[in-house]
Amino acid sequence: MQKLGDFKVPQFFNYPPYFTLQPVRETREKQIQLWKDLILDYCRTQKIFVIGLEEEFPLFSNPVIERSLSHEAREAFLSALVSEGRAEWMDKGHRKCLILWHRIQDWADIILGFVKDNGLEDSVMTVEEIRSGTECRGTELQGMDRTILMRALKLLEQKGKLAIFKGTSADDEGVKFSI
Amino acid sequence: MAGNCLPAVDLTGSGRPVFLPNEIECSLLSSVDLVCEDDSFGSFPHLKSGLLILTTHRLLWIPDASVTTGITSGSSIPLGAITHIFSSKKSLKSIFASPRVRFQLSLSSDGRVVVSGPVSRSVVVTIVMRGKGDCDVFLAKFWENWRARVWETESVPSSSSISSSALSTNSGGLYSSDGLVRMVGVSGILRKEQEMWESTDKSLQEAFQDMNALMSKAKEMVMLAEKMRQKLLSGPNSQSDKTSDEMGSKEEMQDWFLSVGIVSPVTKESAGALYHQQLSRQLADFVRIPLDRAGGVINLIDIYCLFNRARGTELISPDDLLQACSLWEKFDVPIMLRKFDSGVMVIQNKTHSDEEVFAKIKILVTKPDALQAGISASDAAMTLGIAPAMAKEHLLTAESKGLLCRDISPDGFRFYINLFPEIDRDDMYL
Repeated sequence: MQKLGDFKVPQFFNYPPYFTLQPVRETREKQIQLWKDLILDYCRTQKIFVIGLEEEFPLFSNPVIERSLSHEAREAFLSALVSEGRAEWMDKGHRKCLILWHRIQDWADIILGFVKDNGLEDSVMTVEEIRSGTECRGTELQGMDRTILMRALKLLEQKGKLAIFKGTSADDEGVKFSI
Repeated sequence: MAGNCLPAVDLTGSGRPVFLPNEIECSLLSSVDLVCEDDSFGSFPHLKSGLLILTTHRLLWIPDASVTTGITSGSSIPLGAITHIFSSKKSLKSIFASPRVRFQLSLSSDGRVVVSGPVSRSVVVTIVMRGKGDCDVFLAKFWENWRARVWETESVPSSSSISSSALSTNSGGLYSSDGLVRMVGVSGILRKEQEMWESTDKSLQEAFQDMNALMSKAKEMVMLAEKMRQKLLSGPNSQSDKTSDEMGSKEEMQDWFLSVGIVSPVTKESAGALYHQQLSRQLADFVRIPLDRAGGVINLIDIYCLFNRARGTELISPDDLLQACSLWEKFDVPIMLRKFDSGVMVIQNKTHSDEEVFAKIKILVTKPDALQAGISASDAAMTLGIAPAMAKEHLLTAESKGLLCRDISPDGFRFYINLFPEIDRDDMYL
């Protein structure tokens, strides 16, 4: 089995047409579906939150068969993810893409679960602690993208589950849970 | 229905008459009736509103194009059986009536047309031209062909003697001194040459006597080539145990002889308003052999080259070819013009099915090395025995049907069997 790091790539990764954007509609739809699944799968296992279109991305080329995705193809596959709400363009020029293998709502639920599991219902934490503190070790929150974390926290704030306040240092913010 | 005194002329699949060797068509008129004025025997057929073709040998009458479906023959009148052509009378009456040309035809005692032999009686036949067309031009050509008596010189074996060919050189027009008619290819060019010097200066004729000798030789050469071709065509049946090498050279020879040419190309001059219609029919007949060789589909450009080569000196424009092809829809011909999505136009048999081609392509792409590396248009071209451009069209069509998918890489444009529908998301890691 071919691997990218510790990620097991599927068999069809060695199928050269997989790397050429197919012009025929039905074929293309299936191809896009396969790419969407593979990108989300890869990002989840590798904890990748941002894909830069102009940077090297291991999944977008296969040295074994000497094929790589064109810029057009990369944009087509990521756009398909964006239209499903599983990704967001971070700039107008579509150069960077935020991958949401969990939707913001799902991330919010994970945070709530984390708070409950650790008995933090009424505690105060810094945002940084949520993604790198001792409590989050071994959970999906460990090392998660700060942009996504903030979006999930703001969603919870809107629902009245917590309050975000300015911390002591300028670059950190505190969270007061009130579940 | 009474007996038919006129010999029949066979029609080709597309409704063109089958000509005699060396017979050239000179003029075509549509909506023509042939009426016999004093047909006491009732043996003259009822010929109303058909296509009249004047050739160097015969008058051919073919039923109207719109009802030709299923009709495989027309009527013919050998020019040799015509004893007199009446000059048309100009009268006040004739201005309002359809133009008419009358001629006298000899019949034998049993009421059949006689070219040579005992003539028992003669009848007067009137050509009534109810369609468009220049009556005077037709009459002039009718006279010219009738007086030239090409059919007579034909039956005499052409002994290449300078003396006989130098006897009369004043006929001009379509005919050369020894009765050699218009031919394409080498002899066609020679004919043009001859016409030129005939018209420029008669005094030069003596200096060009060698030319006549060469021309009668040229005719022999064409006849020889034709004979050899016939022999080669019938050859493979009798001798099937030839080695492949011999067969190869034989095919080459056949190619050579096939391009000897179309003896009577349809021209604007002869067909007039019926030009495209007749051209279309001639093309339909011509296309058959190259089409079979190409496996049922042939590029329009290839046909353009082949057709013009066969026509020799009477070249047609690409526009005329396209018009001729698009007229096929209206005729009952077994071929059609097809336009691929890419804009490439081809001629194909109506019976040709993409399914057959797809089946061949499928076999090709499922071979072990094709599964690994795909196939290119030239790979397909070799297997299918067609031109690479044509093969690519087939591959693209197969792709659009979901049979294939593409791979564009620095190695080129290749096609693979389409596995996408079979990839299952659940066993991605099998």
